[in-house]
Amino acid sequence: MLLEIKDIHVHYGKIEALKGVSLEVGEGEIVTLIGANGAGKTTTLKTISGLRNLSSGSIVFDGKDISRLPGHKRVLVGIGQSPEGRGVFPGMTVTENLLMGAYARRGDFSKDLDEVFELFPRLAERKNQHGGTMSGGEQQMVAIGRALMSKPKVLLLDEPSMGLAPMLVAQIFSIIKRINERGTTVLLVEQNAQQALQLAHRAYVLETGTVVKSAPAADLLDDPQVREAYLGGALGQH
Amino acid sequence: MNANSNVRSGNPLTALRRTVGGYTDGVRDWWATAPGWARWTVYALLIALAIVAPSDAIGSFMSPHSHWASLLFSPIGTYVLLAVGLNVVVGQAGLLDLGFVAFYAIGAYTMAIFGTKYGWTFWPVLVVGIFMTAVSGIILGSPTLRLRGDYLAIVTLGFGEIVRITAQNTEYIGGSRGITNIPHPEPIFGVEFFLDPLPYYYLLLAAIILVVVFAKRLERSRVGRAWEAIREDEDAAELMGVPTFKFKLLAFFIGAMIGGLTGVIWASKVIAIQPPNFPFILSATILAAVVLGGSGNLPGVMIGAFLIAWLPERFRGFADYRILIFGAALVLMMALRPEGLLPPRRRRAVASAGGTKPETSAASGDEAGGDRPAEEVAK
Repeated sequence: MLLEIKDIHVHYGKIEALKGVSLEVGEGEIVTLIGANGAGKTTTLKTISGLRNLSSGSIVFDGKDISRLPGHKRVLVGIGQSPEGRGVFPGMTVTENLLMGAYARRGDFSKDLDEVFELFPRLAERKNQHGGTMSGGEQQMVAIGRALMSKPKVLLLDEPSMGLAPMLVAQIFSIIKRINERGTTVLLVEQNAQQALQLAHRAYVLETGTVVKSAPAADLLDDPQVREAYLGGALGQH
Repeated sequence: MNANSNVRSGNPLTALRRTVGGYTDGVRDWWATAPGWARWTVYALLIALAIVAPSDAIGSFMSPHSHWASLLFSPIGTYVLLAVGLNVVVGQAGLLDLGFVAFYAIGAYTMAIFGTKYGWTFWPVLVVGIFMTAVSGIILGSPTLRLRGDYLAIVTLGFGEIVRITAQNTEYIGGSRGITNIPHPEPIFGVEFFLDPLPYYYLLLAAIILVVVFAKRLERSRVGRAWEAIREDEDAAELMGVPTFKFKLLAFFIGAMIGGLTGVIWASKVIAIQPPNFPFILSATILAAVVLGGSGNLPGVMIGAFLIAWLPERFRGFADYRILIFGAALVLMMALRPEGLLPPRRRRAVASAGGTKPETSAASGDEAGGDRPAEEVAK
C-alpha cells in the first residue's frame, strides 16, 4: 500500500474529530472519502498532509512512518494537496502560484509548467492574471495544478467540486481521471458522492469521525443505505 | 466595498480617490517598466536629496518651528528605519506585531549599559546590540508564532510592555531614572560626534540605505516568496513545502535586528534614556506609518514613516491643535488611499478587483478590466 492510515485519532481541543479512522490507498488508485458535513473528511486529509497533529494512531507512506513529520516535509516524500477552499494565493499570478507548488524542489520547472498548462488550457490563457481575481473553477484548476507541480506520488483533493457549476464539475473530474491515468494516485474527499463514486475505484464512507463502510466504489453506488443517505436514492425508488 | 463604489460613482470622494489613484498608478506603471539607468538615476537623486536635506533652505520650509536637522535624525530618520524593520514583519510576513518598540528599547539599553558600565565604544556595541535584539526576537517568536492574527498581536503587545516595565523596575539599569552619560560614537573620518545632529543624521542615513538594500534583496529572494505565501495563506504555504514556522521566526529575527540597530544609533546620540521613551504608542505609531504608507512596499512605508514623523512637527505652529490637524490629515489620506499611500502593485490590483472572492470579482468586473491590461503590459 502506498498510503496506510491506522486508527488515527485527532482532537480539536477537547472535541474528538476523528475517532479511529483507518484507510488504505494503493498505488495508482483513485480512492474517495465521502460523507456529510462534519464527518471528518477534511480533518483526515489535513492530518495526512500534516496541517493537523494526530493524538494517536499512525500514518505510513511509501513504507515510512510519517506521523510526526512536519507538513512542509511531507511534500518532499510525495504528498501533494489541493486544500479545502482551494487556498490559491490571491496576490500571485497563475504562474507564480504554480511555481510556489514547486517551492520545495530545485531546478528548471518550465517542463512541469507546460504539463500543467496542457492539462488546464484555461490557465495557459491566464498566466499573468492574479489568483484572487479568478473564478471559482479557475481557482480550483490553479490549486490542482499547483499541487501537481510538487510531483506528488499521491494527490489529496479536498472537495474540488465545491461551489462549481455542474459542467465545470464534470470537467474537473475528467481532468482528475487523466491525472490518475498518468500515474498519480488520488485520494479524493467529496460531498458530491454521485460523481466521486463514478470516478473512484474504491470508497470509504465517513460518519462523525469513523469509517462506517468501505467497498469498491461501484458497489456503493448500488448500496441501498448509501443511496438513501448520500445519493438522494430514496426519491428515485418511489 | 468596490462593488458599492461602482454603484455610487457620483460620490465626490470616490471620484477624487480615483483621480489620485489613477495618477499614482500611472507613475508606478512607468516605474515598473522603467529601464535600469532611469531607476539608478532616481535612486541617486533620492540619496542626493537625503544628503542635502538638512540644509537651512529646505529646513525653513519643512520645519519653521523646530531645529530641522535634529528632526531629521529623530523622529524622522528613526521612524523611517523602524518602519522598514516593522515592514519585514507586518508587510512581508503578514505578522501583526504591536510590540515592536521592545526591540528599539533593547537596542538602546544595550548601547547604554555597555557604554556606561563597561566602557565599550559604539561599534562593538552596535554588533552586540543587533545580536541581543535578534536573540530577543527569537525568544519572543518561538513560543508565540504558533498563534495567529489577533492572538499574536496581543502577545506582542504584552512583550512590548514587559520590556518597558522590566526596565522600569530593574535598579541595575537605573529603574525609572534610566541611564545617563551614554557615550557618543568615536569620530569617523575625522568627524566628531557630539551635540551637532548632522553626523548622527548621516550615520543613520547610511544605516537606512544599507538596510533598505538588504530588505529589497530579501524581498526578491526565496525567503521573500515564502513570506508572501505565508502572508496570503499560511496553510497553503505549508502544503507547498514552505517551513512556515521557521520563516515566521526569521521575519521576527530580521525585524528585531533592524529595530535594535535603530535603538543603538539613537541611544548613542541622546546621552540619556528612560523607560518612558519606549511607550506602546510608539509601536502603534510605527505600525500606523507602515499601514498608512502601504504595508509591504518599501517606498510607501518610508514615505508613510516620514509623514507620520514630520507632520506633527510641521503643525507645531498650531500649538494644542496640532495633533487634531495631524489626525485629520491621516483620516484624509486613508480616505483617499484606503490601501495605503503606495501599496504593493500586485495587492492593489487584487483589491481593486474586489478582494479574493470570485463572486465580487464578477460584480466589479468592469473595474477589474480597467486595471488588468495595465498589469499585463507592465509584465
